[in-house]
Amino acid sequence: MEPIYMYSLVSMGGLGALLAVGLGFAAKSFQVDTDERVEKIEEILPGANCGACGYAGCGSFASAVVSGEGKINGCTVGGNKVAEKIADILGKEASATDSKIAHVLCKGGVKETKKNSDYRGVETCKAVNQVNAGTKACSFSCLGYGDCVAACPFDAIELNENGLPVIDEEKCTGCGKCVKACPKNIIILAPEAAETHIKCSSHEPGKVVRKICEVGCIGCGLCSKTCPVEAITMENNLAVIDYEKCINCGLCAEKCPTGTIAYNGNRIKKVQITDDCVGCTLCQKACPVEAISGEVKEKHEIDEELCIKCGICCDTCNVDAVKVEYKDEE
Amino acid sequence: MNLLTQVLLIFVSTVLINNFVLIRFLGICPFLGVSKQTETAFSMGLATTFVMTLTAAATWIINTFILEALNLPFLQYVSFIIVIASLVQFVEMFIKKTSPVLYKALGIYLPLITTNCAILGLALLIPLNGYNFIVSIVFGFGAGVGFTLAIVLMAGLRETLQFGDVPEALKGVPITLIIAGIMAMAFMGFSGLISV
Repeated sequence: MEPIYMYSLVSMGGLGALLAVGLGFAAKSFQVDTDERVEKIEEILPGANCGACGYAGCGSFASAVVSGEGKINGCTVGGNKVAEKIADILGKEASATDSKIAHVLCKGGVKETKKNSDYRGVETCKAVNQVNAGTKACSFSCLGYGDCVAACPFDAIELNENGLPVIDEEKCTGCGKCVKACPKNIIILAPEAAETHIKCSSHEPGKVVRKICEVGCIGCGLCSKTCPVEAITMENNLAVIDYEKCINCGLCAEKCPTGTIAYNGNRIKKVQITDDCVGCTLCQKACPVEAISGEVKEKHEIDEELCIKCGICCDTCNVDAVKVEYKDEE
Repeated sequence: MNLLTQVLLIFVSTVLINNFVLIRFLGICPFLGVSKQTETAFSMGLATTFVMTLTAAATWIINTFILEALNLPFLQYVSFIIVIASLVQFVEMFIKKTSPVLYKALGIYLPLITTNCAILGLALLIPLNGYNFIVSIVFGFGAGVGFTLAIVLMAGLRETLQFGDVPEALKGVPITLIIAGIMAMAFMGFSGLISV
């Protein structure tokens, strides 16, 4: 055999073998004990290394979760399923990922809101907004040309006959593209669990709103006064809801004289305290209208006339002694 | 020319005049990919410098005592790639054991150095230029420092650019490439500073 083949084979083979043996020994002597939970969590994770959790990849997210630094529900791609599995491994409880969906804060379509001008030109909200702030008399209202529809990557928004965007809550992922696309800034991201929305963005005084829109917030403040948990505040003639405080009782939607507030949840019909009551007085303290009375260690009673049916007592009760009947259950 | 002068000249020329990234256009991938934050860019630069210096030493030894001794220069590419890959692996294991903090800081960038063409370019340039052992190491170190300089400068520019009014069509990679081009032109000003 020619020496050049020999030399090549021996030198490259030898080099490869030497490095392989060297690396093998190095791997053993430099071995670092890793937490096996990290590996287990890494297997569960989607493995896309997308970085949506804020860490460099799935691996670093896994070790962050084990060390207690990262949140169990931090993986938005995997969602609740992955969060539950991680919680199983760590022996902790998972809290649901706080997913959000978009809501259009305007109810004033073609029917409800008066027109004050005609527009012929490029048919996008952005263009219309440049000219006299739109064709509707209300300068805060939805323009109705569907920039949000075009922006939505998930086909979750459609314009209805009334010229208002309707968001499909099933399809909406809360990506926020529509929020950015809307030139009027009337689309917001709200927690998925929220059922109560104040669907108006107008800061005009009630007198003006009354004249131009049937469903606009006139700033009467009834909702703010009704709210048992003070989740609604009046800001510049407009009711603004704090989703963190809101308990979705639906009282404000019932009181609103213009029907601006949308409520999708179940209204409570009747609240009763059962014989399970141990008389801890928790509900009595929690009731915003002092409709519950009773002595310590005795069964409490609810005054039907005072009760506003907000359901706070049911949430507070530790022994499930408050029974709530919903209107839908009839 | 004595050794010290030669070493100094080689160092300055690899950092400024023949900068690996901006003049030779090697290692563009990490240059664009890891230059979003100054801190990570600096860590990447440090890791690359470390690997480059080691590679320079290792490849000089292999080239002189195996490839040249046996008259096998055509095996340069294969052997250098094997050596670089093993070196990076070894460095990764070593850092993981000795300094978990540094390992965390470098993260994914450490294994990525394996596929950095600047390293292979460096390994191939050493036999081409006929450097001796000490000069090779300085060459490798200088190349690393030059890489760090370029990537940190770029990261600084990109951080500031976040607040700049960039035209819609140029946002992201396009403006970064334009900046890289302008930086390369600026570095051309160093040519002729010294001649080696």
